[in-house]
Amino acid sequence: MQITINGNKVDWQEGMTVRDALTLMNYSFPMLVIKLNGVLVPKADYDSTVIPAGAELMVVHLISGG
Amino acid sequence: MNKVDYFCERDPFAFPIWQQARVGIAGAGGLGSNAAILLARAGIGHLTIADFDRVSVSNLNRQAFNLDQIGMLKTEALTHNIRKINPYISLSEHPVKLLRDNIPEIFSEVDIMIEAFDKAEQKQMLIETWLLAFPDIPMICASGLAGYGRSEDIRISQSNYLYIVGDQVSELKAGISPIAPRVMIVAAMQANLCLELLVKRYQG
Repeated sequence: MQITINGNKVDWQEGMTVRDALTLMNYSFPMLVIKLNGVLVPKADYDSTVIPAGAELMVVHLISGG
Repeated sequence: MNKVDYFCERDPFAFPIWQQARVGIAGAGGLGSNAAILLARAGIGHLTIADFDRVSVSNLNRQAFNLDQIGMLKTEALTHNIRKINPYISLSEHPVKLLRDNIPEIFSEVDIMIEAFDKAEQKQMLIETWLLAFPDIPMICASGLAGYGRSEDIRISQSNYLYIVGDQVSELKAGISPIAPRVMIVAAMQANLCLELLVKRYQG
């Protein structure tokens, strides 16, 4: 089984959390907005949110400047 | 001059939609001041603008303020500048710091929200607050606009009603502000997307 992270196909594992996916993808930016199947995952819930098989994860890097 | 003369040669389909629209702008700095002026020129009927800050000399490299406005509240200076361009727009200004507690109330009546903050922490707070309070109201954010050149790297990504404009990689270097053209490209893309989404929503 696979999931999609920002359009890239990635192997899925049972019990995989949002935090695991960030580590796997080397997403190290401190400020992110993450949506799992279109629903916001608040920053406080990255460790506890489990990704279901076939899910689509959108990870946006928020960068200062405006 | 009257209102009919002022709004001549407008798109007969889109312009009435824009006249009825209410757009929220969180932050009146480089992104917010420029996006607000573009939307006012285009004929958006109402803008709700919030920023707690005052105009400083270091803002003038990219923000739509003038030397004689240094020290003024940004909301006050921006609404003044907008009214000099479009006297028929309705404006509400909120010179307050935006927090999780006051964002839903201040922007409760907008059709579209534009995120125009400077700091990444603030962007994250606003986006999370918005998606929890108003998941079905479009929000147009900005991320990654530092530097110059590379115009073609600036793009729009989307998930449901959340849109992100920027290259999503360009970090600010210590002591170097964003630079006007790239800030204005992002602000203009935010404003342009806003106009497009309003018309698409009307068309269903």
